[in-house]
Amino acid sequence: MFTGLMANTWIAASVVAVIAGMTGYFAVLRGQTFAAHAIPNGAFAGAAGASLIGVNVIVGLAVVAVAGALGIGALGSKARHDVITALTLVLMLGLGAVFVSMSTQYAQETYSLLFGQVTGVSQGEVAPIAGLGLAAALAIGVAFRPLMLTSALPEVAEARGVSTRKVDLYFLLVMAVATSMTVPVVGALLMFSLMIGPAAAARSVTARPGVALALSVAIALAITWLSIALFYRTNWPLGFFVGTGGALFYLVGLGARRLAVPRSLTRS
Amino acid sequence: MTELLKLDGVGVRLGGRQILDDVRFEVRPGEFSGIIGPNGAGKTTLLRVILGLIPSAAGKITRPPTIGYVPQKLNIDPDVPLRARDVVSLGLDGHRIGFSFPSRKRRDLVEKALADVGAGDYASARVGELSGGQQQRVMVAHALISRPSLLLLDEPLANLDLAIEQEIVTVLAKLAREHEIAVMLSAHDMNPLINVMDRIIYVANGKVATGATDDVVTTEGLSELYGHHVDVLHVHGRVVVVAG
Repeated sequence: MFTGLMANTWIAASVVAVIAGMTGYFAVLRGQTFAAHAIPNGAFAGAAGASLIGVNVIVGLAVVAVAGALGIGALGSKARHDVITALTLVLMLGLGAVFVSMSTQYAQETYSLLFGQVTGVSQGEVAPIAGLGLAAALAIGVAFRPLMLTSALPEVAEARGVSTRKVDLYFLLVMAVATSMTVPVVGALLMFSLMIGPAAAARSVTARPGVALALSVAIALAITWLSIALFYRTNWPLGFFVGTGGALFYLVGLGARRLAVPRSLTRS
Repeated sequence: MTELLKLDGVGVRLGGRQILDDVRFEVRPGEFSGIIGPNGAGKTTLLRVILGLIPSAAGKITRPPTIGYVPQKLNIDPDVPLRARDVVSLGLDGHRIGFSFPSRKRRDLVEKALADVGAGDYASARVGELSGGQQQRVMVAHALISRPSLLLLDEPLANLDLAIEQEIVTVLAKLAREHEIAVMLSAHDMNPLINVMDRIIYVANGKVATGATDDVVTTEGLSELYGHHVDVLHVHGRVVVVAG
């Protein structure tokens, strides 16, 4: 299960897991999990559109994901952020429905965009996935402190000359880049599970921000590797393992924290 | 002694409404000033214009190079992986790009800032799980670590019970005295501050009266400021302002 096409699968999926763990950590911290849901799922319209007009699917994903991120970022400050996010998602899903209906012969491809095609990663796809992954990781590393400051203390950040709006937009764009790289591999729905589950589990275990980030990445990798192995053995849908894996890790983390720290000690 | 902060005829208009008009006062190093006034009088606007978060429509502001700011309320969920010491550490260089590596020097600075406000005991607790008063102290430590010469606090005493309120005031007064930091805080009640305030900045009706508390808080002075008659009553060493 580690040879040929499967080797590509392991590499691509591992890159995806690292990026999902990192971006998910900040998505959860910033309360932008809804955007983390909307961008990958909406971006599937871009992929559907691209395959309709014969353009590279990653290009289509990137264009629509970035457009969605810009829309959420630009309008989100004027109206309620969640409403704008929802409307962006609805608009993109609508477009996706049209594109898919126009190209019924691509039903299989549409399915794989939503649920991933983890065993179908070709040699040529590994390099761009790794490149985009590196770009997303660097983008997060460069903005690590401002991301932390604006997440935790937005008003103080403003007073110190860090624009919360600009950092918001920056992070949405990073999510868009991460999305265009990950969706062809794990699919839009699984990308969302992989971003939220590990990050939520990690923060319930540790109070240290750096450790929580590392743990989030580690859990995302563990879930991904376990899911691929189980998928390979059972041929059950990959999404089942990724989705339940994320929830399971979160519950275990929550339980561990309840046992380790009685509430009476933390609140006084 | 030269002034740290100087507002000279500052006016603020927001959405076509005059919020503050012809505000003038100065603050010197180590002074403790209370920005007092009823809700909606423009206290927060005054703080925000001093911070440079909103532009002034008129007048001139001279600011010190570093201003520490403590917002009214922290909005951090209990499960956010951020300890009190991490919040303080962000005060050091959280506005810069990149990430910071742990070092002995950084740790010592953070420990010292936490100790200065009496928050050393819960340095490793999640900040979202701390009580309101504890969070206030952590935020003061966060602001202090950047070594500001002026510390601004927006309603730090709101939603605290009386004993905690008095503790926070004592911590702030000590900082002003021992570290020569000018402390300015807004509050709707002046009473917890009467013994420590060097200057009151009374905001009402978009206008400001400033000076020693006894000179400013008088029936005549405040009636003129409010634009209608108010009574200033002294009850057991406490001051009450009543609309007449």
